[in-house]
Amino acid sequence: MSFCPNIVGFACQWCTYAGADLAGNLRAKYPPSIKLIKVPCSGRVEPEHVLEAFAQGADGVLVGGCHFGDCHYKTGNHKTSQRMKIFAKLLADSGFDPRRFRLEWISGAEGYRFAEVVEEFTKELQELGPNPIKEGV
Amino acid sequence: MAKVGVYVCHCGSNIAGVIDVSAVRDYAETLPDVVIARKDLFMCSDSGQEMVKQDVRDGLVDRVVVAACTPRTHEPIFRAAIEKAGLNKYLFEMANIRDQASWVHGHDHEGATEKAKLVVASAVGKARHLEPLEDKFVDVTDAALVIGGGIGGISAALELANMGHKTFLVEKTPSIGGVMAQLDKTFPTNDCSACILTPMMVDAYNHPNIETLTYSEVDDVSGYIGNFSVKIRRKQAYVDWDKCTGCGDCAAKCPAKTPDEFNAGLSDRRAAFIMFPQAVPKKAVIDMDACINCGGREIGSEPKLNKKTGAPILAPCEKACPADAINRSLPLDPGGRIKEVEVGSIVVATGYQVMDKGWFKEMAPDSPNVITALQLERIISATGPTEGKLLRPSDNQKPKTITFVSCMGSRDANFHTYCSRFCCMYMIKQARLLKEKYPELVINMHFIDVRTAGKDYDEYYTGARRMGINFFKGKVGGLEMLPEDKLRVLAYDMESAESIEYASDLVVLATAVELPEDAQGLAQKLGLQFCGSNFFRELHPKLGPVETSTEGLFLAGCCQGPKDIPDTVSQAKGAAAAAAVPLAQGRVKIEPIISEIIPENCSGCGICVPLCPYDAIAMSEWAGTARAAIEMSACKGCGVCTSACPSGAIVLHGYEEDQIFAQIAALTSGGRNHAG
Ligand SMILES: Cc1cc2nc3c(=O)[nH]c(=O)nc-3n(C[C@H](O)[C@H](O)[C@H](O)COP(=O)(O)OP(=O)(O)OC[C@H]3O[C@@H](n4cnc5c(N)ncnc54)[C@H](O)[C@@H]3O)c2cc1C
Ligand code: FES
Repeated sequence: MSFCPNIVGFACQWCTYAGADLAGNLRAKYPPSIKLIKVPCSGRVEPEHVLEAFAQGADGVLVGGCHFGDCHYKTGNHKTSQRMKIFAKLLADSGFDPRRFRLEWISGAEGYRFAEVVEEFTKELQELGPNPIKEGV
Repeated sequence: MAKVGVYVCHCGSNIAGVIDVSAVRDYAETLPDVVIARKDLFMCSDSGQEMVKQDVRDGLVDRVVVAACTPRTHEPIFRAAIEKAGLNKYLFEMANIRDQASWVHGHDHEGATEKAKLVVASAVGKARHLEPLEDKFVDVTDAALVIGGGIGGISAALELANMGHKTFLVEKTPSIGGVMAQLDKTFPTNDCSACILTPMMVDAYNHPNIETLTYSEVDDVSGYIGNFSVKIRRKQAYVDWDKCTGCGDCAAKCPAKTPDEFNAGLSDRRAAFIMFPQAVPKKAVIDMDACINCGGREIGSEPKLNKKTGAPILAPCEKACPADAINRSLPLDPGGRIKEVEVGSIVVATGYQVMDKGWFKEMAPDSPNVITALQLERIISATGPTEGKLLRPSDNQKPKTITFVSCMGSRDANFHTYCSRFCCMYMIKQARLLKEKYPELVINMHFIDVRTAGKDYDEYYTGARRMGINFFKGKVGGLEMLPEDKLRVLAYDMESAESIEYASDLVVLATAVELPEDAQGLAQKLGLQFCGSNFFRELHPKLGPVETSTEGLFLAGCCQGPKDIPDTVSQAKGAAAAAAVPLAQGRVKIEPIISEIIPENCSGCGICVPLCPYDAIAMSEWAGTARAAIEMSACKGCGVCTSACPSGAIVLHGYEEDQIFAQIAALTSGGRNHAG
């Protein structure tokens, strides 16, 4: 059996966290890989948080927020988008596989989508194998 | 050192049926600073809460972690409990092991249990770093804003006003009334819509506590529950409403024509117009998109002079107005003017629109004899384009056969998957009214299903069957245009299991209910979110049907989802009651989950200033140097500034740096490589 990757997810409380709750209400199934840290807005997430998760051995990190136009704080997710896109580039430039990092917009109504994203991300991480930092490579 | 108590909930079998609750409890006990770990069948029950409270009262714990369902519903319950026991309520953290674990990992008990352990460790990690916080209280402006003047908005405004609260009712068209004003009779009692609606419109307009602002839109909303500042744009009517008496002389003289929205495009109105005969307020508007500036009388121009008499040449509308309410020489601002109001709570009741027939290419939308149900409603209405006579648009002749097609764009994966809820009933209503008036008319109704749940509704439907109206269960595949403006109906009848084909004189499409196009813009101004069906999202589908995720902002009527009039009125009264709560209390609590700048650490770089979505940050002087400072009452606690500050000088209380790092550490500390 392939390993179950450990995914740290940062989820804004209004959309992605609510979407994950809805997945529960709908009894959607997804692997127990992801564990969410609730933040008010995706705009609260810092690149340092993502780096720290990787440094501590997380196999994948997901940052989840509202779709554009839906952010509870108007434009918080635009800031997230700008910030995280630059960060993903730097991550790739430093030789770390950027596929381990995902930025997703999942609304509070998209319970099934949350489950699908986790399912798919988990599969991808299973193919990539464990975080090389953790393995000491 | 913190003394953390961990309480793991079985939630009956909801959690315990999947997750090994004892194992999670045992694990929790091994975590740093955890002094007590207990479990209970239902943590939110009285006895469950009492268990936590007793530990607090006994001084055993000073930080509480409950591992159960979602904080989105249950955090307030447990916070209140520990507060009652004497602990600061912000020294609480929840671990979501039901909605985000047991309910979704039922296929993997072991994996779910391991995940639950990490989620509990994460909550404990955060709890160890929690600091007590104090709620703030602010005074409330005792006034409400209702946006949308349909039956929903009118009902909400009357309710609020009758409770004694000053209420602003903002409607974007020149008159209140909404779609109900366009209806002929209303199911299930067939009482005339205008007869029951018009008195309410007048009541609202004349109510001493209601200020009705029609032909107005909300431009901007800032602030928060208890103290919203609202900018209302009073659109330019080009008619002085203080003088306008609603006589309609301007409309009678205006030569410029444009489709009449009130008659759903079936007839024309003039550029100068009064929306409909019973309009409240009954005031004229000049629609500049349709106006042709007769006599070169552009707004703000000097009139040309008659060569012979020297008298100024006025446009027909200004000449006609006996009240001197139209003066095209005035340099009127096309943007209208802004009125600013302060309110404590807001009810959104902006209603819906029906889909246009043009979407349904297979339904011969180019034929004038294919109409929407709203258009039929205008045709059968005494105030409509045919004064209530059933005449088909192509030739103004009475049809012999009329066809109704249900679910156009509803329950259809190509458009909207939801049911529009009131179409079955209004189609039956329209068919009944027509059959009563024209017994010889052949009425064929095509339904996928007939949905008539509601008090006295099914009786209404069975009554219709007895009247000789033909009901077919099955889809209409398409319409074809035939000579003499007839339409060939190609349908399927499930009862006879046969295809049917016949010629019809008039076809009525029950097109789906959806949000009006400008709803997206309004949502952005108000911070509203959308549900899966693309209506405004309520806080909770069952327990918070009128609330939204923004405190002080409530929903009523079809903007929250399709509803008939009885349901719209019920919800509107509910929303009004909820919106009145902060007004009645006089002050509201502001959660202290907001950002604070530590001036000692701030370098004064100013990066945070333009980032704040609420303009809550400004540079100010501190100890002789420039430092950023946050206006607490404007901050909503998103944390964008906190994350951007290069000096780490901004603390978002409740989501502090050390708390998040503790969570990351907990989630990555163990539990890896278990069987997937
Ligand atoms: C053909 C047809 C027949 C029907 N027959 C019946 C019937 O017999 N019985 C029954 O119970 N129901 C019937 N209905 C349903 C009924 O129309 C609705 O239940 C009712 O109109 C809902 O009221 P509302 O206030 O939510 O929305 P609306 O009636 O849509 O009112 C919303 C108001 O808000 C205004 N508005 C929109 N956006 C803004 C904005 N941004 N700013 C300011 N104002 C704004 C609109 O101009 C409008 O005046 C029928 C519907 C149709 C289409
Ligand atoms: S609140 Fe969801 S991204 Fe801002």
